[in-house]
Amino acid sequence: MLYRENGQFKTSYGADQQIFPIAQDRVAMLLLLALAAVVVPGLASEYLLRAILIPFLILSLAALGLNILVGYCGQISLGTGGFMAVGAYAAFNFLVRVDGLPLVAAILLGGLCATVVGVLFGIPSLRIRGLYLAVATLAAQFFCDWAFLRIKWLTHDSSSGSVGVSGLSVLGMPIETPVQKYLFCLAFVLVFGLIAKNLVRGHIGRSWMAMRDMDVAAAVIGIRPMAAKLSAFAVSSFIVGVAGALWAFIHLGSWEPAAFSIDRSFQLLFMVIIGGLGSIAGAFFGAAFLVVLPIVLDNLPYWFGIPIDTALASHLTTMIFGALIVFFLIVEPHGLARLWQIAKEKLRLWPFPH
Amino acid sequence: MKPNKTSTIAARAALMLAAAASLLGGSGAALAQAKEQFIPLLVYRTGPYAPNGTPWANGKQDYLKLINARDGGINGVKIAFEECETGYATDKGVECYERMKGKGASLFDPQATGITFALTDKVPVDKIPLITLGYGLSASQDGNVFKWNFPMMGSYWTAADMLIQHLAKKEGGFDKLKGRKIALVYHDSPFGKEPIPLLEERQKMHGFELVKIPVTAPGVEQKSAWLQVRQQRPDYVLLWGWGVMNSTALKEAQATGYPREKMYGVWWAGAEPDVKDVGEGAKGYNALALNGHGQQSRVMQDILKYVHEKGQGSGPKDEVGSVLYTRGMIISMLSVEAIRRAQERFGKGKVMTGEQVRWGLENLAIDQKRLDALGIGTLIRPISTSCQDHMGSTWARVHTWDGSKWNFSSDWLQADEQILKPMVKAAADKYASDKKLTRRAPADCQS
Repeated sequence: MLYRENGQFKTSYGADQQIFPIAQDRVAMLLLLALAAVVVPGLASEYLLRAILIPFLILSLAALGLNILVGYCGQISLGTGGFMAVGAYAAFNFLVRVDGLPLVAAILLGGLCATVVGVLFGIPSLRIRGLYLAVATLAAQFFCDWAFLRIKWLTHDSSSGSVGVSGLSVLGMPIETPVQKYLFCLAFVLVFGLIAKNLVRGHIGRSWMAMRDMDVAAAVIGIRPMAAKLSAFAVSSFIVGVAGALWAFIHLGSWEPAAFSIDRSFQLLFMVIIGGLGSIAGAFFGAAFLVVLPIVLDNLPYWFGIPIDTALASHLTTMIFGALIVFFLIVEPHGLARLWQIAKEKLRLWPFPH
Repeated sequence: MKPNKTSTIAARAALMLAAAASLLGGSGAALAQAKEQFIPLLVYRTGPYAPNGTPWANGKQDYLKLINARDGGINGVKIAFEECETGYATDKGVECYERMKGKGASLFDPQATGITFALTDKVPVDKIPLITLGYGLSASQDGNVFKWNFPMMGSYWTAADMLIQHLAKKEGGFDKLKGRKIALVYHDSPFGKEPIPLLEERQKMHGFELVKIPVTAPGVEQKSAWLQVRQQRPDYVLLWGWGVMNSTALKEAQATGYPREKMYGVWWAGAEPDVKDVGEGAKGYNALALNGHGQQSRVMQDILKYVHEKGQGSGPKDEVGSVLYTRGMIISMLSVEAIRRAQERFGKGKVMTGEQVRWGLENLAIDQKRLDALGIGTLIRPISTSCQDHMGSTWARVHTWDGSKWNFSSDWLQADEQILKPMVKAAADKYASDKKLTRRAPADCQS
């Protein structure tokens, strides 16, 4: 009843093509932004910020990047963890080796390095596709793991191979308290979310989707496969690299290559699949599902005061979580984002569905 | 029926709300119970490191239960504790740390080198000390730079140093090491890489050849590493493994035909779970022993009497007194003693804050008399910490697996201060300059 576009007449192309054509959506989005930027920093506890919201934001950003590649362009990638590692270590090297380099510049340069590596490992996608490409990108993951474990120069000759950053600041403002870290990540997520949304709505995004749906047909109607595929790899690994730098700098503070292992790649791929392939919102749903749910499940026995063995609780979490993944994929193979879309469509018709 | 159903739904909704509220509020409930000293237990009972993590976790918990059951807490302050499963993963460890911190944690034993590294930057802000007995960052021995880290009783550098000393003794002097080939088979992570600087230093001094053979974590696949061992034929193999990596390495050594007598493990590669599966095949294998073991000591008897016989034991009864169980027990013992020490200064029978416990950890003085009083006896040697030295002591022995149990095969060894001190200082200085920290002023040591 409240959610419908009756009476909202578009009088210009601009109004018709905006991201949220329905006024209620715009209001909801602004409320959500206000909640995220004003209410949450004021109310959330340190634990909620540092252990849940910051990882959620950063992994949403990484899932967003991966979704461009997998969901929009149809190129399966298992090298996400590796690209995150490139972003993190490159940003680290820029920060410690170049005196006076601003933090944001270092993170973006880290993203650029990830772009280069991503495009390099994207070249095979011009010849191979599907599962074979997945295997090729797996090589990127293993190569990055190897490089950051073995090449001492990349870890600034740290004897243990673990590197860290501290005393971060932006424009003279320190990034130390949880609220500052949260807002810093939020800013990145908002900017990149907006860029990604606009990219996929424009001609570049359309060429990716054409490539995904049928590459031969896309080539026939004049889309260059090389430009489309490599641009998807570039944009995707840039965003993933930035997320990697944020994960290392903001969330962990001090890290080793194991933070970006193959498990991370799988985790992100699951986020994209469960959240919804080819959907910006899906990246956020997927990240929320994979980051928040295990923690909530883990905490449940404690909240309800049920004494339970730590190992058992941990096994139960894994089992329930696995069962939920299977359940959601059976109920809605197109991911949580599709469920959300169905809900919105139903709302528009409600209360008269016929 | 109907009203009944609604009321259950209402109750459920209330529970969910309460759950959500505690998620938002974080700490509320736990802080309400004053007069209880909260000790968080970061553990891993699942994953590839669980066989070793479990006895460790049980030892930590049983000692706290013992203090509550036998002594009624520390000067009347009961100990509250809660476990959090990290699975040895750094990001999960950070989450656990944040969760436990909100409940008023007074000190942390992260049980993993990777987690320690990540927390080292966080603890100075939160003012909670880290106790990393026999692991963690070797340079953190320097309390002037690492105010909040306590690598008690040893680090990877002291371990490597003692192993080289032991090998020299076996060979008949340091000069005999010249031209020898020593291979380091290590877990490819900060944990495994930490000893390398010290071994390289010793290599320069004595002229042996050091072969570094990494094993990809978690170490279930080591064929290529042992192929390298077979090709290189080192005189000794130093094993720097943890969890499944150790038993796998021993099986591979057996398959390769490398003599187990020439293999020396760090103290994290010298417990029952590492050799039990290999049994006879591990016979002759040596490892450092940071602590003694067995159920004879009085403290173990007390744990059996006050905890296990009451049905409160955290693990199986025959695990009590095993190597890693004892180590966990010692970590809890040192934590409790630090709190006791802090209470002496800041008020007996009071709950200590993280800052106060830190002072206690820094001013520990546990002599043999105190060890005897605690029932520890000769499981460890006396330990006393100071502002400069957060390690307290560097004693360890070597023990050898005879196919069914560990037997000591050396006297107490001690790391060489002459080598260690300049290295620790240099590494701490480098850390301080990287992080733009200044050394603590002497006045800070009094606080």
